Amino acid sequence: MISTATAVFLTAVVQLLLLLTVAPLVGGLIKTLKARLQVRRGPGILQPYRDLHKLFRKGMVLPETASWIFSATPYVVFSATAIAGLMIPMISAKAPLGLFGGVLAVVYLLGLGRFFLALAGLDTGSSFGGLGSSREMTIAALAEPAMMLAVFTVAIGANSTSLSEIARVATSTTWHFLAPAQMLAFAALFIVLIAETGRIPVDNPATHLELTMIHEAMILEYSGPYLGLIEWGASIKQLLLMTLLINAFLPFGLRAAWSLGGLLVSLAYLLLKLLVLAVSIVLVETANAKMRFFRVPDLLAMAFTLAALGLVSTFLF
Amino acid sequence: MGSPDPFLAAALASFLAGAVSGLATGFGAGLGTWKQRPAAARIVAFAFAVLGSLLLFVASCRALAHPSSATWSLPLVTLFPCTVRLDPLSAWFTLTLALLALAVSIYSFGYLRPMERTRNLGALGFFYNSLLLGLALVFTAANAFFFLSAWEVMAVSAFCLVTFEHEKAETRDAALVYIIMSHAGTAMLLAAFLLLAAFAGGTDFASFHLLASNLPPAELGAVFLLFFAGFGVKAGIVPLHVWLPDAHPVAPSNVSALMSGIVIKCGVYGMARVFFDFYGPPPLWTGTVVLAVGVVTAVVGVLYALQEHDLKRLLAYHSIENIGIIVMGFGAALMFRTLGHPNLAAIAIVGALYHTLNHAIFKGLLFLAAGSVVQSVRTRNMEEMGGLIRRMPGTAFFFLIGAIAISGLPPLNGFVSEWLTYQALLAGFGTTQSLTRLMFPIAGALLALTAALAAACFVKAFGIPFLALPRSEAAANAQEAAPAMQYAMALLATVCVVLGLGATWILPVFDPITQRAVGVAISPSLVAHGIALQAGTAQSGTVSPAGIALVFLALTGTVAFLVRRRLRHARVATGPAWDCGLPGLTSDNEYTATAFSKPLRLIFSAFYRPNREIRPEYDVSPYYPSAIRFESGIEPTFEKHFYGPLRTWIFGLSRRMRAIQAGSIHAYLAYIFVTLILLLLFGVRP
Repeated sequence: MISTATAVFLTAVVQLLLLLTVAPLVGGLIKTLKARLQVRRGPGILQPYRDLHKLFRKGMVLPETASWIFSATPYVVFSATAIAGLMIPMISAKAPLGLFGGVLAVVYLLGLGRFFLALAGLDTGSSFGGLGSSREMTIAALAEPAMMLAVFTVAIGANSTSLSEIARVATSTTWHFLAPAQMLAFAALFIVLIAETGRIPVDNPATHLELTMIHEAMILEYSGPYLGLIEWGASIKQLLLMTLLINAFLPFGLRAAWSLGGLLVSLAYLLLKLLVLAVSIVLVETANAKMRFFRVPDLLAMAFTLAALGLVSTFLF
Repeated sequence: MGSPDPFLAAALASFLAGAVSGLATGFGAGLGTWKQRPAAARIVAFAFAVLGSLLLFVASCRALAHPSSATWSLPLVTLFPCTVRLDPLSAWFTLTLALLALAVSIYSFGYLRPMERTRNLGALGFFYNSLLLGLALVFTAANAFFFLSAWEVMAVSAFCLVTFEHEKAETRDAALVYIIMSHAGTAMLLAAFLLLAAFAGGTDFASFHLLASNLPPAELGAVFLLFFAGFGVKAGIVPLHVWLPDAHPVAPSNVSALMSGIVIKCGVYGMARVFFDFYGPPPLWTGTVVLAVGVVTAVVGVLYALQEHDLKRLLAYHSIENIGIIVMGFGAALMFRTLGHPNLAAIAIVGALYHTLNHAIFKGLLFLAAGSVVQSVRTRNMEEMGGLIRRMPGTAFFFLIGAIAISGLPPLNGFVSEWLTYQALLAGFGTTQSLTRLMFPIAGALLALTAALAAACFVKAFGIPFLALPRSEAAANAQEAAPAMQYAMALLATVCVVLGLGATWILPVFDPITQRAVGVAISPSLVAHGIALQAGTAQSGTVSPAGIALVFLALTGTVAFLVRRRLRHARVATGPAWDCGLPGLTSDNEYTATAFSKPLRLIFSAFYRPNREIRPEYDVSPYYPSAIRFESGIEPTFEKHFYGPLRTWIFGLSRRMRAIQAGSIHAYLAYIFVTLILLLLFGVRP
């Protein structure tokens, strides 16, 4: 029998390794699937790993206008995102760092990373950085209430903000995904996922056109290992938001406790569900054109309305 | 009558001594005055303030450790009883006062030095100490008359401090609006206290305990609303907030820190005292009104802050936002109390009161840092700053700590109190079956909007003044703040970290407060699992700022070690940032504060009603403008659509009342006689 602290440490290390290794894979998967759907060959699923490997081997150029904020940001973004990743149930309903925070802490840790990224954008002194920071903070401010309302709908069902508890309730009761409150909240969170991970129609991760870029504008001056940390952090964020969506709404296959055998089964289920979610993201990305920036509030208002309807529907059903 | 707490008595005496020394150096004659001994006038008064704050800190800690509600009389006047009481709720506010006043007084030694030969610092010391004295008495007074007297000392001292730089018209206007609104608020408080006293048959706070719920419904509602509005003016709830963003920034920055940090908390204290001491469980509508007002206040406050490019005004608007968050907690607590959920009410109260202290600390810190910047750059306009992180590294670092804390980001103190408020709101959904329960998640979502907008605003408030290239000559030549100022900021920044990471160990001090307010101790339902906080039970959610900080440091350390080892063999160069191939990046290329907040100005244009004017000027050809004038602003909705008509109406009424002001003494004697008769008739009415 191993002590609680050791168990927490071990599970945290396992989940951290999973986050670090699976995150680039999901990014590569989405890119490749999107290319295939557009009748291109695409760079291959493993391209993000090759990119990270290349970036960490390179030297880098720091802008002469920048201060220590610029150098501190990659570390803050990477660590804050990784800690948030350890607070979500991934292959077991019991999140390794569930005691240290639930869904509120996850949202606010991602907020901490964004806060520093936006500062780093301003720190470079170029117009692009400021432009990206301004747009990123605007979209985040509008996405936050929709996200919180949707999360509340889920949390109210479980009567808890602890993600482990939410996942546990979801796995232990009969599957209630078809409840209208759940479906509406899922739709709202899906829109928020698109906005938060900077995908079409909100932001285009492949663009370097100054009129349209948001995330890319903030990190335009980064290179080498720092860019690697930020890109890796961004892919972890994408993975953790997708996992959150999966395990809060479609928890089947999720094991309640940590065990070696169950772990592999859960992992297989997780990868399968990630594939399905990635396909749906790819379909959305391919079927839509990037929105004008000032149309994005309408989309997020729609997410907010869906989440609010989800709450109201608890009266009806 | 108990025996006086020696530390509280000594603290009050110290503030009094500071005020007297300020009076002597400021307005006295002879060798001791500020003109002959400028340094003495500066140091003596503020040394007394430091001493008084330390004593008050000890007194507050003792009162929280050994709760009592003994009262004792101050030997002042015999006209009404000057009784003082340091019960746990009072002690929480005096603790807040002591911590902030200590830092601000230390800061003042350095901040006031450049102006000691040109300005009467004796007078400043007098009003500063009498403000602290008034505040300490407001928080401890145990009698309605004495409370209102202390309230006036506080309000008038604050007025005199706001007008310290009275040669500017802007300052005089702001102070005038402040004092008028403050007195309108006091009038409402007076009316509420009189109604309550008539019912209680006395003016002692002890006799008001839980009494207000027994009032007849109409009076209960009237007293509640009068108290809420009266204290709301001081706290700055919307729409009674208009004086605040004008008055706080024009004061000297050390005074601004006190105004935004603790003076507005008098309103919060009053609300806490009335809602949870004078009232038993009130009707449900009171809680819903307070919650709704809190939400509106928070959102309106942060929306205005976003469009503000005067650094100190921006911070003042954020005070409105944070008062909104505190008032939300109170509203939720009132509702839970009525609905019979004392444990949830306790969490909401603790969230609100913890946020009161947290806001005092990080807002004090931000105002002190802003004061250092304004003193060095000599402007409050963010667009003329920039790049200060290189010239004022200490100030920049402390401002960043404050910015992270106020944005509610983990693991600092703002996160903890916002987390508590979220948890209370979330659990509120299950407390009732009626439609009212929808209020809680909606309020939670709007709290999320507020927090996210605050984060956006502080990216601007830190990024524009401190990062990138200087935007003016003054910013390029800025000097770091004096050591005393940096010590004060370091103290407050440390407290921000301690209150965040140490929340699990600090929150049990609320036990006696919630015990008295709602009858349950908070620590069994809030503290568990060693280093984690829980909301009610472990199943309903846990958080551990200390744990997050620990993992964060471990992870960052490892990653930094690995990256540094990689970089040892790689080339790290500095080069110019990409400027589209133009010859060199200048401050003209930088994003401005106006540009940064433009997307939100357009998205919320229904609220802001922005106006914009572009006027090109031509010399010779209409194709080549020689200059372009650009003006952009937002409509001050409350001033234009509420206070404007109100002022017109009051002026009209005054003009009509001039008719009875004939100036004849006989007429006035007749008025007095008639009034007397009417009062007698009213008084003997059976």
